[in-house]
Order: sequence, then C-alpha cells, then structure tokens
Amino acid sequence: MDLYLPIANLSVNGLFIVGLGLLTGVLSGLFGVGGGFLTTPLLIFYGVPPTVAAASASTQVTGASVSGVLAQSKRKGVDYKLGGVTVVGGIFGAAIGAILFRFLQAVGQIDVVINILYVLMLGAIGSLMAKEAFQSIRPSEKAVEKKVAKRRHHPLVTALPLRWRFYGSGLYISPFAPLILGVVVGILTMLMGVGGGFIMVPAMLYILGMSAGVVVGTSLFNILFVTMATTMMHALTTQAVDIVLAAFLLIGSVTGAQMGTQIAQRVKAEWLRLALAAIVLIVAAVMLFGLGVQPNEIYTVTVQ
Amino acid sequence: MKRLLFLALCFFGLTAQADPILVPEVSQHEVQVRQGFTGTELLLFGAILDPTGARAGQDYDIVVVLKGPTQPIVLREKDRIAGIWMNADSSAFQSAPSFFAVASSARVLDIVDERTAAIYELGLDFIQLSPSGTIDPDEQARLTAGLVDLRSRQGLYKEVVEGVQISEQVLYQARISLPSNVQTGVYTAETFAIAKGRVIDSAIAEVEVKKVGFERFIEIFSQRYAFWYGLLAVSLSIFMGWVAGRLFALI
Repeated sequence: MDLYLPIANLSVNGLFIVGLGLLTGVLSGLFGVGGGFLTTPLLIFYGVPPTVAAASASTQVTGASVSGVLAQSKRKGVDYKLGGVTVVGGIFGAAIGAILFRFLQAVGQIDVVINILYVLMLGAIGSLMAKEAFQSIRPSEKAVEKKVAKRRHHPLVTALPLRWRFYGSGLYISPFAPLILGVVVGILTMLMGVGGGFIMVPAMLYILGMSAGVVVGTSLFNILFVTMATTMMHALTTQAVDIVLAAFLLIGSVTGAQMGTQIAQRVKAEWLRLALAAIVLIVAAVMLFGLGVQPNEIYTVTVQ
Repeated sequence: MKRLLFLALCFFGLTAQADPILVPEVSQHEVQVRQGFTGTELLLFGAILDPTGARAGQDYDIVVVLKGPTQPIVLREKDRIAGIWMNADSSAFQSAPSFFAVASSARVLDIVDERTAAIYELGLDFIQLSPSGTIDPDEQARLTAGLVDLRSRQGLYKEVVEGVQISEQVLYQARISLPSNVQTGVYTAETFAIAKGRVIDSAIAEVEVKKVGFERFIEIFSQRYAFWYGLLAVSLSIFMGWVAGRLFALI
C-alpha cells in the first residue's frame, strides 16, 4: 500500500508504518515507555528525513500514551501531583533541548551526540534494570539481605531542600528531585525524539524510589504532556511534523498500546522489567556497534 | 506532434537559416504529486530539422539534461575520530540541483570533448555545484564525488547512456524517471543537438512538479498556520488514543 507523505516528500509503504506503530504501541502499553527510541531510528533507516522522523514520532507517542494514561488512571496508577511536577520540568527541558538541538545541528554533530547519548543512557539503564530484575526473579540469600538494607530512594534526593508529600507514590521528598528529572527527560525528548519513558521509568524506580504500581502510569502521564509540547515546538520551529505519517503511526500504536496494557496485567512485573532491560540493552549494543563501524553512508546532506 | 512539425517547418521556411533547428517537447508539463504518488516517467521528445530539407540527413547526437530546482546545501563527510565515526570534513554548495539526469544517444565523451561537456554540464562529472569557502581542490573533488554518489544511490542523480533514441535522424525520444522523493518546483529539460563535437542547437522545456489537492493543502497549512497545524496534530493523536481506549473497553 503506497502512501505519499506530504511533509517528508516521499512515498512509503503504509502497512510498514502501521506495523511500526503497532510495535511501539505494544512497548508503550507494556512498559510505559513511549517507544520513540525505536520509531525514530527505524523511520530514519527507512529513508524519512531525521527531523521529520523525530517530530512525527513525538506526535505518535502522544497518542500511544493517551490510551495508556486512561487505562492506568482507571487502575489508580497515576500520581498526578508528582507527574505535574515532572511535566513542568519537562516543558523547560524541551525548550533547552530545542536550543541545544539548533546549536549541535549548526556544528554538524547532532547525530553523533544523539548516538553517544543513546549508548550511554540505554547502556547504563539497561544494565541497572537487568541486574535488579534478575535479583527479584532469583533472590539469592545475599540479594535478599541487600534488599532489606537498601534505602528506598537515592541519598542525593534526600539532600535537596524542601519536602512535599506525594501520596500516590508513597513519598515524602523534595519536589526538586522530580523537577530536575523532568528537565533532563525534556531535554532528551527534544534531542532524541523520544518520549523519555525508558529513562523516566527506571529513574522513578531507582532514584526517586516510587512505589512500583504508579511508575508506569505517572511516566506515561509525563510523556503525554511533554510530547504535546515538543510536537507544538516542532510545528512552530522546524515545521517537520508530517500529519499523514503521524496518523498512520497512530493507527498502529493506539491499538498496540491497548494490547500492551492487556498483556501487562497478565505478566509478572519482574519479567516485564527483565524484557525491557533486554530490549534497551540490545538497542544500546546496536548503537555502540554503529558508532565504531564504518557507516554505509559516509556523506550526509543538509539543506540550508 | 504533427502540429509541432508543422510549426517547425514554417519556422525554417520563413527564416533562411543554415543551422538545424531543434524542436523539443515533454510528455507532461506538470507532474502532480498527490496521494499514491510513487514517482513518474517523463518522455522528452522532439525533432531535429535541417533548413535545407525535411530530413536532417546528418549524423546527430542528442543529449537531454533534466535538472531540478537548486538548493544551497552543506555536505558533511564522516571520518573515524578516536574510534568513533563522526562528521569531520564539510563543504557548502550554493546551488546543488535537487535532481539531475542526463540521457544521451551515445557516451557523452564520445560525442564531445571534456571542455564542451563541462560548459553544458553534460554528465554527473560536470555538474556545477558552486562550492563555497576555501578548500583545496583535491578535497573538493572528493566531496563532490561523494555527493554525486550519495544522490545517485537515492535515484536523484543519474546518467543514462543510450537513453535517447533517434529515429530517421529526425525524431528523438528519451525517458527519464522521477522517483517519489523528488523536490517540488520547476524542472528544466535542456536538449542539445550535437554534431561533429559541436553543440549546434539547444532548447529548453519546463516541467513543473507540484503537490495538488490534500498534499498541497497540508504543506501550505503546516507553513502558514503552524500553530493551528501543531494543535491539529496534537488533537488528532489525543483523539485517536481516546477512541482506541474506548473501543478496547467495549471488547
């Protein structure tokens, strides 16, 4: 099925786009990650210009997270207060990200920075998650002991001034912790064209120490609003949002998101985390490999 | 076709010119880019007429150059730095054609010498890209070759040897395909009649590639009403997410 994309200026296979949306939608519903970290590189690989891919992927992530947020809020899986704080940080972060994006694009190093960021973030987070998941699946005596002794949130978080109560997450911490997290994720959203869920989810679990039940929902809530902001920012600055591309990605991803949520309720959380860790590590490995190996295309063209 | 021939006949009948005349035509002057556009094929045809008779009689060669709108671009070259492949060298080109195709009735360098080929841009080696900035010629040549190679593989730059058929030394025709990723704008098709290594006549025809209907509407909407376009994209995604949630709740 041929589909002409009016902003990307090329013809693609519509079914492939829907399938890609479906895949990322399932990931979104299953793990609370937007799936943008797969959509953007795959679209670029397919020949869609990088800016259009990043901009349209963020539009798609919005749709995938709506259904996720709706499903999660019914299960009382969203901490709106904490989510609100991260959203505020996220919008600031997106603005900072937009400035950084322009600068790096002008120097011509945006791709390599994005790739290195991917490798570092995904590598670190993936191994952390894999380790945790393994420990909870096969609790050796040592691991159990360690768990008892473990603090609920990172010592740095307690060092921040001011304390708020976040009932949904079962936390009494400084609002600056989720705010800073929001800013960091916002920057990455704009730079990497991703929802940032793959950073948000582990950071909420292991840095903030939120109760696991609200992590996925709150992360999706944050992604929903931050991707809305980035879509608007792209529409106004790069004008690279391809609504036809986004719509076809959406058809797949909204369906996938629902399927993912259904599966998530039947599978053990530890296994889910282990699966996500595996995916994250694979993507990181592929990207690391890509950095070291001579690329297919030595040359790239930027229209001025 | 008949009308063209007639016009041409009138033309050389009225003007007592010695040099042959080239009468070019394109199968379509407008390429409409709409939903389902997967590229198209342009037929560039015409006649070579000699003022002294209906038939040209002489040995002619035809070269057709189809050129898309030019853009200022920056080309970057990746290199291995500290074990990582990243952009290193770069060059700006003031006028890189977004599409460039050359079709000829024989190998270009068998028809004309290199100098003539360079003057009329008769081949991928002779595209005038107007590089800017000071850069040494070897490096410039390498980067230019890189750009041509990249765009050739994207189907945007091509050279079709023997892509022009000449029948009876009067009529010629060339087929050039446009891929779906072509830039919109005005394309110029320049036809050269060459005899004995000399360009004896040339003529230009224009083809406009433009988006129509929904595709055109989307493009204009996204540029002129960027805010509302963004809002539409956001609303669409929220709506679709909500609908899916509702539908699945029913199942």
